[in-house]
Amino acid sequence: MEFSTALVLNAIVAGLLLGGFYAAVSVGISISFGMLDVVNIAHPAFIIAGSYIAYIVNERFGFDPILVSLVLSPLFFALGMLIYRVYYLCFERRGQESLRGLAFFFGILFITEVTLLLIFGVDYRLVETHYSSVTLRLGAVDFPLRLVVPFAVSLAMVVGLQIFLSRTFFGRAVLAVAQDQLALRLMAIDPVRVKEFAFALSIATAGVAGAFLIVIQPVQPSIGREYIGLVFAVCVLGGLGSIWGTLLGAFILGLAESFTSTFLGPSWAPAVSFGTLLLALAFKPSGLLGR
Amino acid sequence: MRNRTFVVIVLVVAVALMAASRLAINDYYFSAAYTVLQFVILATAWNILGGYTGYVNFGSAAFFAVGAYTTVFLNKWLHAPLPLMIVAGTVVAGLLGLGVGYLTLRMRGVFFAIATLALAVVLYTLVVNWDYVGGARGAYIILPREVPFGLPRYVHLLYATMVLMSAFALIVARTIERSFIGRGLAAIRDDEIAAECSGVPTLRLKLLSATVSGALMGMAGTTLPYYLSYVEPSAAFNLSYAVNSIAMPLIGGMTSWLGPLIGAVLLGTVQQVVQVTVSSAWNLLIVGVLLVAFVTLAPNGIMGWVDAWRRKNAS
Repeated sequence: MEFSTALVLNAIVAGLLLGGFYAAVSVGISISFGMLDVVNIAHPAFIIAGSYIAYIVNERFGFDPILVSLVLSPLFFALGMLIYRVYYLCFERRGQESLRGLAFFFGILFITEVTLLLIFGVDYRLVETHYSSVTLRLGAVDFPLRLVVPFAVSLAMVVGLQIFLSRTFFGRAVLAVAQDQLALRLMAIDPVRVKEFAFALSIATAGVAGAFLIVIQPVQPSIGREYIGLVFAVCVLGGLGSIWGTLLGAFILGLAESFTSTFLGPSWAPAVSFGTLLLALAFKPSGLLGR
Repeated sequence: MRNRTFVVIVLVVAVALMAASRLAINDYYFSAAYTVLQFVILATAWNILGGYTGYVNFGSAAFFAVGAYTTVFLNKWLHAPLPLMIVAGTVVAGLLGLGVGYLTLRMRGVFFAIATLALAVVLYTLVVNWDYVGGARGAYIILPREVPFGLPRYVHLLYATMVLMSAFALIVARTIERSFIGRGLAAIRDDEIAAECSGVPTLRLKLLSATVSGALMGMAGTTLPYYLSYVEPSAAFNLSYAVNSIAMPLIGGMTSWLGPLIGAVLLGTVQQVVQVTVSSAWNLLIVGVLLVAFVTLAPNGIMGWVDAWRRKNAS
């Protein structure tokens, strides 16, 4: 294996670009799991659903998938509200979220995957956009636009979310729910409504991340499973409930994965994120920027 | 019912099931019964940690596959006999359960659940990249030509083994449930901090239950290579094992050994029928829908209905 500067530089750039995408994938979990304590392991399933919706619309009308996902994000928002309603009524209110709530999300993950399999089969689907095959070059370093465009939109989304959460009244209410629900209730704010809104927001980000995914790589229904470990690894590594931590964790995992596929081979890449997760859980469960 | 009586009853049923196999005309029934029994073990094993202790394991497929791949490995390395491989696979999967438990059971329960999800993918990647056991291509197992005990075909022996292993799993689960261990686990499930304060050795009991649960799942997988005579990673790590071993106890009821048994027999049989009459993708969809339906609408499962009916009759 040749260990040249160009190779290393390219791996770093690819890792950072990938990390930007990972931030979009994980920011939803950072909200739902980190702030609301809703362990939504079905998050990747919504991402894949977002990919397929972007794919269908692109196939029919030729619109840009990322644009489509942004326009359709209210749809995912509504879906998120619905799911949180069911989750709250059936599990959270009865205090059964730890076991049955988890099983519920696992079931949703499974149903989404099998339904997509039944409709679309096991073929890989990819959306070709006009920038898909363009690569900018800066010296020896490649900047493939299929990674740069999702990277840029994703960063804008994550930073926007952070600003929304820290600056607006409703955003601060979400952060307050994360810290003390009882206090919120004493101030005559309904924590359930705030959580419903925040959870819906997290599902909306999943829809957008799905469009990024299908621009970056071909998508197949069961690919979502590989992202379960990734999203939790990013959130736990960065620190639960911290959006900046999620961004940092995403960059670290992106770099780690890019270096593994460059120097060890892509078949080892899935083990990186899960290995990181196991290590983070075992040695530093509070994360790098955790509260 | 005392433990000894229970053991006798289970063994009598097991012998009856083995004897009944003599009546089966078609080999399909063996493979159907084998699959259902495999799920009985997986569901019972999952319930030891999930139902008794309240910790969700999403990695049943990983433990199952560890059992299967221990067999593949030993078969290639030593040409070991079947009983030795069953013991080895059980031990290795048990150690894996202990290891994962040791790393994550000290934290909040949800971290254990996430770690088990991760475990399945890490092990899958390892096996795919491990050429000795066939890698992504898979491995062939050549069945011995001689079938012991004068049985007509090898599948008969595998079926009998599965019956005995299911009986063993049920006895283990019920013994745990009725002993001081089971009471300790129930205390952890209901309120871990209160249990710790009352002197229940929570971590040790959780580790014990993770080990036993993992070991039984591994045991269910040890005969898979012989049953399929060809194993590949995506077959051994199939997500359907994970989802079934969660769905079955939830549908049957999680508080006693009977729930997973009922759930596994019911759901396993339904799946066999659907698989033959419709398709295997549909049968997975049915499991998923049933899982979500039961968990939202009937959280205590079928045993919950039975208990409610009993209570009504008693009063």
